[in-house]
Amino acid sequence: MDHVTDKLPKGFSGLTHDLGSDQTAFKKVPWGKAMMWIFLLSDTFIFSCFLISLMTARVSTTVEWPNASEVFGLHVFGTEVPLLLIAIMTFVLITSSGTMAIAVKFGYEKKRKLCAWFLLLTALGGLTFVGMQAFEWTKLIFHEGIRPWNNPFGAAQFGSFFFMVTGFHGTHVSIGVIFLFIMARKTWRGDFDTGRRGFFTSMKSNYEAIEIMGLYWHFVDLVWVFIFAFFYLW
Amino acid sequence: MAQENRQEVTTHKIGIYLWIWGLLFVFSFFSYMVDYLNFEGLLRWILILAFMLSKVALIMAIFMHLYWERWAIVNVLLWPMSFILVFIGIMVAESEYTFFTRLFYFVAGS
Repeated sequence: MDHVTDKLPKGFSGLTHDLGSDQTAFKKVPWGKAMMWIFLLSDTFIFSCFLISLMTARVSTTVEWPNASEVFGLHVFGTEVPLLLIAIMTFVLITSSGTMAIAVKFGYEKKRKLCAWFLLLTALGGLTFVGMQAFEWTKLIFHEGIRPWNNPFGAAQFGSFFFMVTGFHGTHVSIGVIFLFIMARKTWRGDFDTGRRGFFTSMKSNYEAIEIMGLYWHFVDLVWVFIFAFFYLW
Repeated sequence: MAQENRQEVTTHKIGIYLWIWGLLFVFSFFSYMVDYLNFEGLLRWILILAFMLSKVALIMAIFMHLYWERWAIVNVLLWPMSFILVFIGIMVAESEYTFFTRLFYFVAGS
């Protein structure tokens, strides 16, 4: 480690030093990571708007809101288990977040193949999640008759919020899965060690790209934590 | 000064990620139990929020490495989110007003 980064003040004086300095405000943060964080901040606001409008619809309706615990219950082995599929989806997504964090660690340690394997595991976790979501949507649309404009359980707004919120989150997961497969391939091939130029950007990259990918993936998990709490449990 | 922008390549032991992973499992299980055991009212909402915020804090601090980042980026990222709380406050007031007018015109006015 070079001596310049060691001498940077920490904590609050570090904050004033960094923001008041020339050239770069975010010391020790590669530009790609800073940009990903800023994108995630804007994405946070989009999901907040969805969840806040869900709250608004729920508070302002005079009709009973459907009981998520019953709507999303699964019938297994002769008993009705509430939210079973959603709970499994939550555990799958958390597990894929864990494997992603480990992939980032192996990336920085330049353990190329281990990193690629864990990226692949993460992608498979995401794929499982999207698959279960597709199963859930099919069940709700074809068997329970939930529509964006109407449903048999209660307030009509329930369907539109369900499809919009989980659909937007599922889109994020799907995009993440695609990029995870691309990154796993690049890592396995050794692009970050040999400095091979990217197909789309024509730029050299390094293992920071794995951490940036990881930030996005953890964010998707983070959003699911909020959806699980506010849509399914509340 | 360009050197100030270089990323420190420090990695953490795998144990910390496995620990956080385990804790997230436990918190998720607890929040599922809130629904399974049919807790109602204020207790339910407090428990849901507590488990949700613990999970969010763990993911952001450890998995997303915010704990090890410098204060400059941590503050720039976290303070804007306080506007969400303001927005929630505004919309609670607005939706309760809408609820009241609906009761007044749909139910009482009919």
